[in-house]
Amino acid sequence: MIVAEAIAHALLAGGALLALVRLARGPSLLDRVVATDTLLVIISASLAVHAALNRDPTVVPVLVVVSLLAFVGSVSIARYVGGMLLRSTAEESEDRR
Amino acid sequence: MSVLSQIADVVAVACLLAGAFLCLTAGVGLVRFPDVLSRMHAGTKPQVLGILLVMVGGAIRLQGLAAAWMLLLVGAFQLLTAPVSAHMISRVAYRRRHVRRDLLLVDELRDAETGDGHRGDEPAEGPTQPS
Repeated sequence: MIVAEAIAHALLAGGALLALVRLARGPSLLDRVVATDTLLVIISASLAVHAALNRDPTVVPVLVVVSLLAFVGSVSIARYVGGMLLRSTAEESEDRR
Repeated sequence: MSVLSQIADVVAVACLLAGAFLCLTAGVGLVRFPDVLSRMHAGTKPQVLGILLVMVGGAIRLQGLAAAWMLLLVGAFQLLTAPVSAHMISRVAYRRRHVRRDLLLVDELRDAETGDGHRGDEPAEGPTQPS
């Protein structure tokens, strides 16, 4: 069981580190949004792995909160970028005139 | 420790390890893939299958009905919200030209985008009559 826990946490930590690399390097804002979404999912998966392997159900409500937070964050940033897009196209059309 | 609980533990640990492996593949895909849409394809693997596998493993290990219901809630919520957020992100990515168009095999929106300048975020923000 200890070996399984070490392997699972090593895999999850590798995925989280690579998502952090993309979060730091990402050329656009949307790359960072995708990386943040994946990072939150990996965090909730590692919380669930910890809860399962130690038979410790106290962190299970945190999982609900983290998954809600990932959805709300990515959708709100997507809406924000869409609003920036609308503004920039309006300015472009004004420049053309 | 009966044989049945040992089998349940083995199944649960196999599910947890498979979910953790999917998280690692998501990280590798995020770093190596070229543009937003393919990175989203890689990042969605742990969002659906990985989180479901981890939830199944956790529900087997925790052995409580309350914890199992909450894990089921998390899994159902992921299944409901992953398509919505992926749809919104990919729509904005296509319109902001963050998509490598030379890598697309089928681009059904190419003619629709250049037409009437309808680039709004909402369908209701489009032109009222077809021009």
